[in-house]
Amino acid sequence: MSNGTLYDKVWDKHKVTELPNGQDQLFIGLHLVHEVTSPQAFGMLRERDLDVAYPDQTFATTDHIAPTEEKKRQRPLKDDQAEEMLTALETNTSDNGITFFGFESGKQGITHVVAPELGLSQPGMTVACGDSHTATHGAFGSIGVGIGTSQIRDVLATGCIAADKQKVRRINVEGELGEGVYAKDIILKIIQDLGVDGGVGHVYEYGGEAIEALDMEGRLAVCNMSIEGGARAGYINPDETTYDYLKGREYVPEGDEFEERKEYWESIKSDEDAEYDDVVTVDADGIDPLVTWGINPGQVIEISDTVPEPDDFEARTDREAAEQALEHMDIEPGQSMLGYDVDVAFLGTCTNGRVSDFEEAAKILEGNQVDEDVRALAVPGSESVRAECEARGLDEVFINAGFQWRRAGCSMCLAMNDDALEGDEVCASSSNRNFIGRQGSKDGRTVLMSPAMVAAAAVEGEVTDAREYLDDEPAGSASGVGEAAD
Amino acid sequence: MSGENHITEVGGTGVPIPGDDIDTDQILPARFMKEVTFDNMADYLFYDARRDDDGEFNDHPLNRFEGASIAVINSNFGCGSSREHAPQAMMRWGVDGIVGESYAEIFRDNCKSLGIPAVTTDHETVVELQEWIEANPDGEIDIDVENEEVTYGETTIDVDIDHAMKEALVEGIWDTTSLMYSNKSKVEATVDGLPYVEGDD
Ligand code: SF4
Repeated sequence: MSNGTLYDKVWDKHKVTELPNGQDQLFIGLHLVHEVTSPQAFGMLRERDLDVAYPDQTFATTDHIAPTEEKKRQRPLKDDQAEEMLTALETNTSDNGITFFGFESGKQGITHVVAPELGLSQPGMTVACGDSHTATHGAFGSIGVGIGTSQIRDVLATGCIAADKQKVRRINVEGELGEGVYAKDIILKIIQDLGVDGGVGHVYEYGGEAIEALDMEGRLAVCNMSIEGGARAGYINPDETTYDYLKGREYVPEGDEFEERKEYWESIKSDEDAEYDDVVTVDADGIDPLVTWGINPGQVIEISDTVPEPDDFEARTDREAAEQALEHMDIEPGQSMLGYDVDVAFLGTCTNGRVSDFEEAAKILEGNQVDEDVRALAVPGSESVRAECEARGLDEVFINAGFQWRRAGCSMCLAMNDDALEGDEVCASSSNRNFIGRQGSKDGRTVLMSPAMVAAAAVEGEVTDAREYLDDEPAGSASGVGEAAD
Repeated sequence: MSGENHITEVGGTGVPIPGDDIDTDQILPARFMKEVTFDNMADYLFYDARRDDDGEFNDHPLNRFEGASIAVINSNFGCGSSREHAPQAMMRWGVDGIVGESYAEIFRDNCKSLGIPAVTTDHETVVELQEWIEANPDGEIDIDVENEEVTYGETTIDVDIDHAMKEALVEGIWDTTSLMYSNKSKVEATVDGLPYVEGDD
């Protein structure tokens, strides 16, 4: 049993009582709501004639169904079902006194992008959302858990969830990242090492020099994909990087109150001598960029490696999954992913839809053109991200290179709006899931990678090592600006 | 819902759903989540896997074992997205209980919220049961939650069930909203200890 970790401390602070079924009743300090998983929960509340217990701790936005083309955001939305979901959310939030960041607010976007940038997610909180990527908020040193709709009802009605305390695994990520290697590569490396179900029953505490060196956006990307490793939550202890990021954000207190709050944040950090259920080390020193070759995020290799043989895997389940993956992706063991043909480039999502992600991709696109056979979408994770990118002129780099520059939403991450793969198209994607059918076509193929790698793939029309573009960056960008204006 | 619904035993014919790491995107593809109720979810269960390219039903087990109540799955079932649409669709299709090798946690939690017992046993036992169903499509399978046993034909096997799930189902306290609603004052006390939450008063 763990002892003295951030997880233990935050859990204890939020534990209300033990329930007769043996679970703990846990207070949720920040409840994030979106249009897809909440209407049924509000419906259950109405059926029982219950009110929302803590509307001030509850914030909503629309992301999954949000059209990302400017002209399609006119109300009523063309898609009747999407319109119905959005209207339901508007009504449910206004009826219950919940703050809703809609299209006109300028703050709409993916819950896991919006809450951090507004300063809603803070250290020492419990965060819940009807979405499995709620672990994202753990980047601040909070416990973020994804919940189902019945549990959303629980949080709305009582401010609490019934939960089992998990084991805590400390993951020390050692080493230093080279140029063109990012947080996304770290988390893919962790999932490669520990497996897609390695984290079941655990929360992951990420630490070590490679993690400490990350900025907040990188930390968000790492924690975001905890669930892809099977861990219900993942977190990083807060430090000066965290506090610097939080300072001045809309929902963060200022002045003396900030200092007071910071005392609380400091108090919930894992103790020096904290006890963990287990400790593992992942070596990220000098790793190459990673890309997936299969149909789950654990089927991933460094770009310098080749696609493995099914027999390379010890577990029967992994061997069978590898067979299935090879067939779906139409590749052979021993093949390199370099040169794998790409039809679509998708940049965005709650993993990699933040300003620094677009910045890194823009470095590669500057002075280059998207391959003529590639459909390329840049979808900011939130309207604030979009505004910030536009203020920096990044939108023009994308547009000039041949990317479509869109409005905020989940978009082609799961294709609940109009953005979807067709047939067996291959997508170079900065998202987090390469499951069959995930991007809207059951034959569609997804290759997960960092934003820089997506940009390079867009330009070449095939999977490419983005570092080639970074080496000769000065020459590329100098000649590029004039050329790009056509 | 009174919260007094004891679930000690469920039974019926079976349906094998073979495969590891079956994610909720396969169980309930995202494009069918655009409805504000769960009412029609059964129609969308394994939508893509159950149909040929021309939209006709293929020989997917869910098509061959209509009317079944017990799903038999392999390992890490229900991984990926947290959508409760997945177990809701299974429940509305007719699934009352699940036997399998292992579940993703959010999926299992969702099953508990819906009162669907999800029990586990080892790989060989699961495969035997799946084969048995193929040979005995009308055979009854019984999940005894209280005694942690599954019976089919002449065979009875020991299974495991998550402790909290068992307590909740057997004691009829799986409606966590009612359970927690009664602890209002304790919640207020907890909130008082949190510097970032403004009290109600
Ligand atoms: S971007 Fe993708 S993973 Fe993130 S919340 Fe949206 S659909 Fe889920």
